Amino acid sequence: MEGNRPNYSVLGKSVPRVDTPLKVTGQAKYAADYEMGGMLWGKIKRAPYAHARILNIDTSKAERLPGVKGVITGKDFGGFKWGWQAHTRDESPLAVKKLRYMYEGVAAVAATDEDIAEEACDLIDVDYEELPAVFDPFEAMKEGAPLVHEDRPRNILVEYHWNFGDVDKAFDESHLVREDLFQTPRMAKGYIEPPAVVAWWEHDTLHYIGAKGSPYMLWRIMGRAFDLPLNKVRIITPFVGCDFGGTKNDGHALDFAAILLAKKTGRPVKIVYTQWEELTTCLRRHAMWVRVKMGLSKDGMIKGLYTNVVADGGAYARMSPVTMYLTNGQCTVPYKIDNFRTDTWNVYTNNPIAAAMRGHGMYHTRYAIDCQLDLMAKELGIDPVEIRHKNSIDNPKPGEIFYTVNKLRVATCGIKECIEQSAKLFGWKEYQKRERTDGPIVRGAGIAASAFLSGARLTGHNSCSAIVRINEDGSVNLQTGATDVGMGSDTAMCAIAAETLGVEMKDVEIKRVDTAYSYPDPGSYGSRVTIYAGEATMKAAEDAKRQLLDAAAKEMNVFPEELEIKNKRVFTKTDETRGLPWLDVVRAACYASIGNVIVGRGVSRKGTKGFSAKAFSTGEGDVGTNYGFAAQINEVEVDTETGVVKCTEKSAMADDCGFPLNPAIVETQGIGGSYHQGIAAALYEEFVMENGSTLNPNFVDYKRPRAYEAPFPKFAHVITNDPFGPFGVKEASEATSCTGAPAVVSAIYDATGVMIKDMPATPEKVWRALREKKKAEKSK
Amino acid sequence: MKETLRDLRFTLNGKQVELKVKPKTLLLKLLREELKLKGTRTGCEVSACGACTVNLDGKAVRACSILAVQVDGHEVVTIEGVADGDKLHPIQEAMVKHGAIECGFCTSGMVMSSRALLLENPRATREDIKKAIQGNLCADSGYVKYVEAIEMAAKVMQGK
Repeated sequence: MEGNRPNYSVLGKSVPRVDTPLKVTGQAKYAADYEMGGMLWGKIKRAPYAHARILNIDTSKAERLPGVKGVITGKDFGGFKWGWQAHTRDESPLAVKKLRYMYEGVAAVAATDEDIAEEACDLIDVDYEELPAVFDPFEAMKEGAPLVHEDRPRNILVEYHWNFGDVDKAFDESHLVREDLFQTPRMAKGYIEPPAVVAWWEHDTLHYIGAKGSPYMLWRIMGRAFDLPLNKVRIITPFVGCDFGGTKNDGHALDFAAILLAKKTGRPVKIVYTQWEELTTCLRRHAMWVRVKMGLSKDGMIKGLYTNVVADGGAYARMSPVTMYLTNGQCTVPYKIDNFRTDTWNVYTNNPIAAAMRGHGMYHTRYAIDCQLDLMAKELGIDPVEIRHKNSIDNPKPGEIFYTVNKLRVATCGIKECIEQSAKLFGWKEYQKRERTDGPIVRGAGIAASAFLSGARLTGHNSCSAIVRINEDGSVNLQTGATDVGMGSDTAMCAIAAETLGVEMKDVEIKRVDTAYSYPDPGSYGSRVTIYAGEATMKAAEDAKRQLLDAAAKEMNVFPEELEIKNKRVFTKTDETRGLPWLDVVRAACYASIGNVIVGRGVSRKGTKGFSAKAFSTGEGDVGTNYGFAAQINEVEVDTETGVVKCTEKSAMADDCGFPLNPAIVETQGIGGSYHQGIAAALYEEFVMENGSTLNPNFVDYKRPRAYEAPFPKFAHVITNDPFGPFGVKEASEATSCTGAPAVVSAIYDATGVMIKDMPATPEKVWRALREKKKAEKSK
Repeated sequence: MKETLRDLRFTLNGKQVELKVKPKTLLLKLLREELKLKGTRTGCEVSACGACTVNLDGKAVRACSILAVQVDGHEVVTIEGVADGDKLHPIQEAMVKHGAIECGFCTSGMVMSSRALLLENPRATREDIKKAIQGNLCADSGYVKYVEAIEMAAKVMQGK
């Protein structure tokens, strides 16, 4: 697709990331690396029940322990409750009257060192009255089940029932109709850096440094929690060791507790969660039960689709209303589906809270639908690549828009090319001709296709702003409100500024977000950063460029419209030899009047038409700005004697991110996204739960994929240049987060004839399924 | 309980260090909290994630699972001691150039594990590399570009 690439100097090239020299030398500072003079260490006291009333908390012994400087309980927050929307504000910083999941925080301590803080937590006496609890969402929905929140009958957090087209008629007209139940595991977000915070109060202003991907969420929440005007809330983001949605997106007990303890003690307070706290109490991916009914014509065309999805939302609402929208609403991409119906519920239980995770919602239904499609393709005798390809949405012609049956707006769609490219890179056709071995080790390959929205528009405030400042020495400061949590957006922003201004990457500096100085931005979720912050950065750089060209025009005695900047030189478009060096122009502009500062401002406009949350109830509308697409093929090796499944290095992936601003970043994002959140779900990761307790809350017992299990995908960029993204861009890595799981599970099916319908495909599960299959074959 | 402090002498990033430590102090705590070398990251504290990997006499070890007193008389290199001044080590150079690094939290450990590998076996194969970094979890890169970067560094270090 080289021909599609415009003639950019920086964009479209794999320039090294701006932050990696700091990261590779250990200089990059993450939240836990910050220290302040007089700093105290905080610790959360946690309750050993999944559901209990708090009768009394006695902190006197803890307060008397030498070294303890402050103790707080849930009551000290004055009844403050928070949540994503007004009607989902169901959570307190620390539990007040009752706790709803195992090890929920009930009190917190600040002390001169970590050991004393921990000891003090042990000295806090809490009287509890244990309550009957519920851990299974289906049990929770039954009349008479224990209520997690008294005002939520049958524990239903949210339910949607949508109907588009005529699904019953479509099933009647189908040649083959099939219904299957698939189940996705309870998964950790899996970042290695545990949540951490340092908070202090200075000049009546709240100061907070924490591992957060969406600092402006905290800005608003903390302003409300501590009754502060927003100009007195300063949230500073250090480097963040991944986020993926959830705890590092908005808040958790440590954030509120550190701030209140700092206020109470008058000293900075640091709280760093242990990995145990992260894995027992922090937000995790939803477990879902996905029932799919699909009707196909004889030649494999999808006639109708029905999804019935139940999700375990855990103890508090968080983003679950959005989750259920995305889980079902995106079922109409990447395949063309004219008749679609859904019934879906998200249910409160006494399990730890579930929340958004990369590939938000989509990953669950994608696994179910793509795997079911393989089962049906086999029945019809159609090749898995072919059935996907023929059902895929066509790329609309330039200027045309394809609307799905539920009104998702698709201006560009490279899914067919993604499927073609990945099949070609993998060598799918030749692979089908291979000789199948009968030994204990069998091999097979599976393909999956997906889409994901980019530029999520979820609340009233969706847009993003940027400032570009040109300093008198020619260096450039860029500031947006968007936070790079590892995806490379800081590099993309610097590249956009450098491209627009005609300077080099090394001339542009981007600082970490500081709400005292940056412009508000909703946060790093819903693949919205490059779409919005990218557009804002482009416009800010254009604004600054205009000011520079005005100054240059005066110097050169021409009109600014006659000028262009490239390679750090301003020149006339008609005669490129006539020009001025960058620095001369910058100086002329900065010194034009005393104290003149060249500051460019830019605001993204593409996402300003917000998506109303009310549309969730109808399922009609578009949360996204545009849609990225991806296809992936993986080969697996199954040991039929032990049930052990392993991905081989043989793998291929094609991604349509519109236009890769930095191909190397897109590749790492895609490979990482697919591998970690997809293949990990397919083969490895699952919290083992018992009565609300997480039995494997550490990276020894909670199996995560390691280097020797990594597939090495061949990667193809499919370029579609979307009109709704700056420079044609769309999301990169959320569609690929949804392809890994079905590709691997389908590969196991290809190798063994066994479809694993509840991930992960652990050795025991695979071994048992193979044994069942043998038994069934014998009895025939 | 009063703890007796112990004398500790060791070489840290090429310099002799002498100090007193509590016997229960972990090497990770000593490096991060006492010596303020924050580049060694605290991840899981149970030797499972590798974020705290340092080199002890050239071997990759987890600083979270070693007592500070155990390094007495030995040589420790942390991520801060890998580059030669401003000049990045070939492993670091390759990781930056090849785009291996995302959030960077596992990076210190990745550098230290691969440094130990290439010290011992400059001709390491891809399989050797995968084995050497098997104790280093990374949540967002998929490992592919880390493995490839280490392969590239090995070639550079062999003068290829």
